[in-house]
Amino acid sequence: MGLLDKEFTDGNIVIAKAEDLMNWARLSSLWQVSFGLACCAIEMMATSASHYDFDRFGVIPRPSPRHADIIIISGTVTLKMATRIKRLYEQMPEPKYIISMGSCSNSGGPYWEHGYHVLKGIDRVIPVDVYVPGCPPRPEALLEGLIKLQEKIRKTSLVKKST
Amino acid sequence: MKNTEEILQALKENFPDFSFELKSDLPVEGFIICNPLVIDKISHFLHDNPELNFDSLINLSGVDEIKANQLSVYYHLESTELKHKLVLKVVTDRNSPEVASVTDIWKGANWHEREAYDMFGIKFLNHPDLRRILMPYDWEAGHPLRKDYENPEFYQGMKVPF
Amino acid sequence: MINTKSSAIRTEEMVLNMGPQHPSTHGVLRLELALEGEIITKVTPHIGYLHRCFEKHCEAMTYPQIVPYTDRMDYLASMGNELGYAVAMEKLLGIEVPQRVEYIRVIMAELQRIASHLVALGTYGADIGAFTPFLYCFRDREKILHLFEITCGARLLYNYIWVGGLSHDLHPDFVRKTRDFIKEFKPTIKELNDILSYNKIFIDRTANVGILPVKTAINFGVSGPNLRASGIKWDIRKDDPYSVYSKFDFDIPVGKGTHGTVGDSWDRYFVRILEMEESLKIIEQALDQLPDGDVQSAIPKRIKPNAGHVYGRVENPRGELGYFIISDGSTTPYRVKVRAPSFVTLQILGELCKGYMIADVITILGSIDIVLGEIDR
Ligand code: SF4
Repeated sequence: MGLLDKEFTDGNIVIAKAEDLMNWARLSSLWQVSFGLACCAIEMMATSASHYDFDRFGVIPRPSPRHADIIIISGTVTLKMATRIKRLYEQMPEPKYIISMGSCSNSGGPYWEHGYHVLKGIDRVIPVDVYVPGCPPRPEALLEGLIKLQEKIRKTSLVKKST
Repeated sequence: MKNTEEILQALKENFPDFSFELKSDLPVEGFIICNPLVIDKISHFLHDNPELNFDSLINLSGVDEIKANQLSVYYHLESTELKHKLVLKVVTDRNSPEVASVTDIWKGANWHEREAYDMFGIKFLNHPDLRRILMPYDWEAGHPLRKDYENPEFYQGMKVPF
Repeated sequence: MINTKSSAIRTEEMVLNMGPQHPSTHGVLRLELALEGEIITKVTPHIGYLHRCFEKHCEAMTYPQIVPYTDRMDYLASMGNELGYAVAMEKLLGIEVPQRVEYIRVIMAELQRIASHLVALGTYGADIGAFTPFLYCFRDREKILHLFEITCGARLLYNYIWVGGLSHDLHPDFVRKTRDFIKEFKPTIKELNDILSYNKIFIDRTANVGILPVKTAINFGVSGPNLRASGIKWDIRKDDPYSVYSKFDFDIPVGKGTHGTVGDSWDRYFVRILEMEESLKIIEQALDQLPDGDVQSAIPKRIKPNAGHVYGRVENPRGELGYFIISDGSTTPYRVKVRAPSFVTLQILGELCKGYMIADVITILGSIDIVLGEIDR
């Protein structure tokens, strides 16, 4: 809220739509499950480290899924791991978002044909919000993916739909 | 430092009853073929004899030789002190593959043997903990690196092929 | 180590699961810890959560197509993996590659070693509770990744070292930028020592923890920095030289037990710092002697080796990386088995952790520096 700092003479009121306010709050502090799978996880680490600084988008790694809003599936999902990922996802509180990072978790990547133990796409197990292509995606690409997710959240409607 | 021929000589002298065969016609390294059920005794000798002193097992790999209807295991040994190397090979039947375990001698063989079991179904006799290692424990579709392996359609409700 | 026998109250053993999602397991490793109070009685690692069927892929690909898959095994040291594959294949094919290629390969492999050790050291600090060194290390690593990027366009997985040659020649700026990097990087090693290596808390956490005697290490087949930290000079670059390593002058640092016993976690950590300095020495010499020439002249048009088998190995940042390749005379290998250093090293974890506290498991696991990609392949 830097724009409004020191602009008022006394305490004041800001009027906003509930939707805008909630969405703004949600999208600016997306805590991430600190969870890496394969090569893409190294790029994810590089994204959160000094050079690319994930923190400035409000993304902070949390060791437990119960604190987190977003999970980045960064790498190859094997059959042995897929059931565990599903459990991780189920433990996250709503609202929760998923970024699928890299070709492997999008579709099996280089292992699509002969990978007898590779799940060909994480979307067979859990729903995905944003797909980031690349093998590995550059940190810039992951940032772009995050911004896409933020746009998606900004457009979310909180109105109860009548059935 | 000894070469493969000298080691073969030492083996023949020590184990007159066992059969050894040196194969060195193929590139790049020669290897000695021995009996799978006595490989532990041979390994003990190679490890303990001060002139051979093979203190380290660098690699152990299973191979499926489907044309000859057999499975084989290659052992790459090395002596860090005397700096010589040796390749051993054992051959076993494809339908009931059994090889003596060398885990007692080189502890590092433990996981290599488990991997060979997981991937090829080779049974290592006297292995302390012969389970699958890379594939899930409840994998039922067989041993994936066998040449005639076929992947299942589903695993725990997840579709496996692309 | 703590004596467990003296307690009068009977306690039951507890089993604690650590992983596969755990911030300190460096990937998807699951450990089953059997505990007596806080003391470890048994550690059972469960692996395979990242088993990507590398060996099956090799049996379906032609020889050049395998190179990108080798990248993806030890993804912190892709150049080393490619080099290992190239060394093994060239031994099988019996081809000589131009000197320029060999020199560039050495430069890349050593830069990669520094980058890989930086990740190892940085995350080790972060595991133990020092977050700042992590950021410092990644800052320097980005500089190396930039050098790789101008060479071949990729940051992490390069597909650069091919059988018989390289995919690209060096960028015209490469030599100058690498020299600049070396100049900048040398003081930061001292910086890292000041903030982490000689930090009292760090030493208390790591010294005398997880001691690995040299006999056990060899019996388990441990290699690389973990073996050298136990006090033995064993390095494939010197003991079984490949490429042009015999032309360079460098030392092999070993663990000395400065703050505790030889072969403890601090030694394993510090050997990596010393190795980075040696790598810088090698790179400097290689840059000085870098010959001219064509980097693609020796690449075979079609790779079709005679039937036979080969075991080629190199010293990767994590230890001895070996490729056992069986060819049946066609354009695809019959069987490829990779001797992955971390796969072998992880076996000693149970041995090392026995009798220590839970918190020490993290210390020990971080100090042996594993990469799950190559354990599971
Ligand atoms: S997409 Fe590529 S970089 Fe990412 S995990 Fe898969 S193979 Fe590794």
